[in-house]
Amino acid sequence: MISLAGRDILRSWNKFVFTGIGLGLLIGVTLSMAGVYRGMVDDAQALLLNSGADLWVVQKDTLGPYAESSSIYDDVYRDLLAMPGVGQAANVTYLTMQVRRGQEDVRAMVVGILPDGPGEPKYLLAGRQITRSHYEAVADIASGFKIGDRIHIRRNDFTVVGLTRRMVSSGGDPMVFIPLKDAQEAQFLKDNDAIINQRQRTAANPSLNRPGVPGLLDAVLASQDHNPFVNAVLVQMKPGFVADEVAEPIRRWQHLQVYTRAQMEEILVAKLIATSARQIGMFLVILALVSAAIVAFIIYTLTLGKIREIAVLKLIGTRNRTIAAMIMQQAIALGLIGFVVGKIVATCLVPIFPKYVLLIPQDSIRGFIAVIVICILASLLAIHAALKVDPAEAIGA
Amino acid sequence: MKRNDDKINIEQKTKMSRKGIRIEALSKRYGTGETAVDALKDVNMEVAAGEVVGLIGPSGSGKSTLLKSLGAVIEPSTGRMTIGDKIIYDNGWKIKDIRALRRDSIGFVFQAPYLIPFLDVTDNVALLPMLAGHSNADSRRQALAILEALDVGHRAKAMPSQLSGGEQQRVAIARALINHPPVVLADEPTAPLDSERALAVMRILAQMARQYETAIIVVTHDEKIIPTFKRLYHIRDGATYEEVGEGNGL
Repeated sequence: MISLAGRDILRSWNKFVFTGIGLGLLIGVTLSMAGVYRGMVDDAQALLLNSGADLWVVQKDTLGPYAESSSIYDDVYRDLLAMPGVGQAANVTYLTMQVRRGQEDVRAMVVGILPDGPGEPKYLLAGRQITRSHYEAVADIASGFKIGDRIHIRRNDFTVVGLTRRMVSSGGDPMVFIPLKDAQEAQFLKDNDAIINQRQRTAANPSLNRPGVPGLLDAVLASQDHNPFVNAVLVQMKPGFVADEVAEPIRRWQHLQVYTRAQMEEILVAKLIATSARQIGMFLVILALVSAAIVAFIIYTLTLGKIREIAVLKLIGTRNRTIAAMIMQQAIALGLIGFVVGKIVATCLVPIFPKYVLLIPQDSIRGFIAVIVICILASLLAIHAALKVDPAEAIGA
Repeated sequence: MKRNDDKINIEQKTKMSRKGIRIEALSKRYGTGETAVDALKDVNMEVAAGEVVGLIGPSGSGKSTLLKSLGAVIEPSTGRMTIGDKIIYDNGWKIKDIRALRRDSIGFVFQAPYLIPFLDVTDNVALLPMLAGHSNADSRRQALAILEALDVGHRAKAMPSQLSGGEQQRVAIARALINHPPVVLADEPTAPLDSERALAVMRILAQMARQYETAIIVVTHDEKIIPTFKRLYHIRDGATYEEVGEGNGL
């Protein structure tokens, strides 16, 4: 039996191709949206993986350091090093801010790290790791910085000595690594006017500036200039230890919150990007419905344009299933054209997106199945119309 | 050589003894109660194999209803209809697969050819044997043979839109005859044609009727071809009466 659908498509190929391209653009956007979601999840996972930590120790009753602000003393890590199972522990700060690149601002997550500790970028594309205690930086390549560039952060300039990649925040902002002390200062140190203002206020406070207690005011002012806080301590375990077993004593004795990698992933994926994921999910549903409506409308219109031919086919003895198959095959063909175009469009769109977009084969397979199912469902209306055609219409009134 | 063999096969196949179509006391009532309309009233008709008869009547006389009943497109209300030796209707369908009946036993030629626009000439004709389960190659061989017989073999690869009106009508006739149905119903087949082409179509129908022993019923208003019929059925107010025509049957 010849393919009636194939012959009809060959005759009016331009109609199918142009409709397929239109549908493909829609499918391309849909696949890209799925890629945006995958990119967000991958960013979150990359953030955790690249930190090199097994445990995140943060302020009690917070979801820090990525989902909520967290502040703990910077000497806590010493206590942690004495806990069973803890191999390495390093302070870290995170601050998302605008940094200066020449005349323009770059949105970046500034990470304060200790050289050779957890939190340091795992690999470099160019240059070297931070070796000095001040004014050096390693930047993610997505920030646009190059080796030797100067980064202006708060009151200091930093020289880019190394470049890394896929080091981004959960929001997709590229990371800039700087020495911990500089990062603490960037995060907590006030500007000169505020410091002068604070000193005057402290000096005007009679309980802190007692005439009979010399040196009290100087001690208070010195404590105000020093910042003893970091956002988290990243812990690497000794081999052979289980994360939960190491975390439990820290929670109990240090009165801090400890998250394992699985818990941190849950926070990032299920909590931090959950709303965005739902938003994208809604978009996907709407785009799927629009695609279905377009396919249904096109196939229905094409079928109505063939009512006389369908009446003749029925009159000369064509089975209903042959006619239904013809319409369904056309809908599937339209879906195939649309999917191929959509896949190409999505692949071309990926580099244009400002944030990381990840197209994974599983999503493409799911998308393909969804497109075919949508096309089959969309063709049912046209099939219903075709099967209702009275063969007597071919004979006339 | 192959085509000649096919031609011979077709001819041999159609040389089987056939009895055409016969209807007895066929009635069709639309609606019920006070609004019921009797479109056909005890219609009797018999067309022998190899014969071409005309069916004429004014608008609203029941021609279309009779044609649809003969074509098994609508179900009559009462009566009996026999095609060849087979009773297909006797106060109810006696055949389960009406669609297969239409495909295998009844050919249709319409006022407009209504060829499938996305199939070429060969496939338009070959579609019927394909639907009946023949292989594509065999169906196309049969189609080419009958197209040759109807003098349109040279347009076998053309699309319907590339054919003249007369060529399209001949392809439609080929499609109607390809499965060698005992009955062909032709609804105003010459209406859009000039006299010369109309008579040519009638000659083809007559020749095919004889060659394939097919009973052909031509519904027509066409003054040009009415004189060609040996036998005519008039239909008026749902009832038929027979008249001897003045034609020689071409």
